[in-house]
Amino acid sequence: MRIQTPLARARGFGSAKDGTHHWWWQRLTALLLVPLSLWFVASIWWLVIGGAGYAAFADWLSGPVAAILMILFIGATFYHLQLGVQTVIEDYVHHKLIKWTLLIKLTLASLVFGLASVYAVVVVALRG
Amino acid sequence: MVEFALPKNSRVKKGRHHAAPAGAGKTRRLRIYRYDPDSGENPRLDSYDVDMTSCGPMVLDALIKVKSEMDSTLTFRRSCREGICGSCAMNVDGTNTLACTKPLDEVRGDVKIYPLPHMAVVKDLVPDMANFYAQYALIEPWLKADTPAPANGERLQSQDDRAKLDGLYECILCACCSTACPSYWWNGERYLGPAILLQTYRWLVDSRDEAAGERLDTLEDPFRLYRCHTIMNCTKTCPKGLNPAQAIGEIKKLMLQRSG
Repeated sequence: MRIQTPLARARGFGSAKDGTHHWWWQRLTALLLVPLSLWFVASIWWLVIGGAGYAAFADWLSGPVAAILMILFIGATFYHLQLGVQTVIEDYVHHKLIKWTLLIKLTLASLVFGLASVYAVVVVALRG
Repeated sequence: MVEFALPKNSRVKKGRHHAAPAGAGKTRRLRIYRYDPDSGENPRLDSYDVDMTSCGPMVLDALIKVKSEMDSTLTFRRSCREGICGSCAMNVDGTNTLACTKPLDEVRGDVKIYPLPHMAVVKDLVPDMANFYAQYALIEPWLKADTPAPANGERLQSQDDRAKLDGLYECILCACCSTACPSYWWNGERYLGPAILLQTYRWLVDSRDEAAGERLDTLEDPFRLYRCHTIMNCTKTCPKGLNPAQAIGEIKKLMLQRSG
């Protein structure tokens, strides 16, 4: 039991002096993902409809525009995912240990899967 | 985790029925949440058939009639009966509002009355407002200026600058908005909630105030401000017709403005 005034509880440890960055990038990546997702789906659709095999796909991806846009798309997607799911966890998970375990797993997973995807793009683009 | 179901001792049971007195004309049924911490029993939903031929038009009129004529144990806060004190904020027909300005006519069927959602209940329709008021104290809601007031004692404000307080100064801190906000339900001990954030914005846009940076510093926090996900329940429920969601949006814009 802890006897605290309501004001002490409300003030807690004070402001974290952070939060705007998170909020801004969540919106910026969302905005970025609108054209990038459309481009991604349209490109894949076009390649599939065209009956392109792996060679044609690799050829397409080795172009600078496709490769850079693809890496941008992957970066924005995984960063947006990390920021969004972090918000959900902070909203709903109140058990301290579970919350921090999930947050660490989320950060690592986003980073690893994001890097793996970028690596795949680079390999396909360079090796053909 | 977030508790989506009520704990066992908070589940609402069926309560007692209070019939209309003999000789009553047209009646209206009120179903009211009752909780008495001293009894050790679960909350219950009592029903009251109120004689409408001798009852005022508002929900608060019916509540006062119940308390004075049918069941004096019914407990609720009320004061001004004209929507300016904020005491009688409660959940009527599923929406947080002021009982004194909510006409019974606007409710279809039985009038269901509960305390403000997701607050600890002191008794019946009286919620514990300690945290809400502490959060209000936290934002230091007064004019802060290092520059002394002019010799004539008044800090001047242009009509345009005064107009910026319209839609903000009218807030009576009834807590209808904050207790309608899911973010406040799940994280009310850290998230300040729409009412307190609107009040902070009221000082942030006050041209006479000199502490805008300090105020933004207080809010720069993933929980205090950024739990707002623009759900807009606050704006929908505000009995004064204000727009806390917009005020919060303006605060976020100020945060961005000063960072880049």
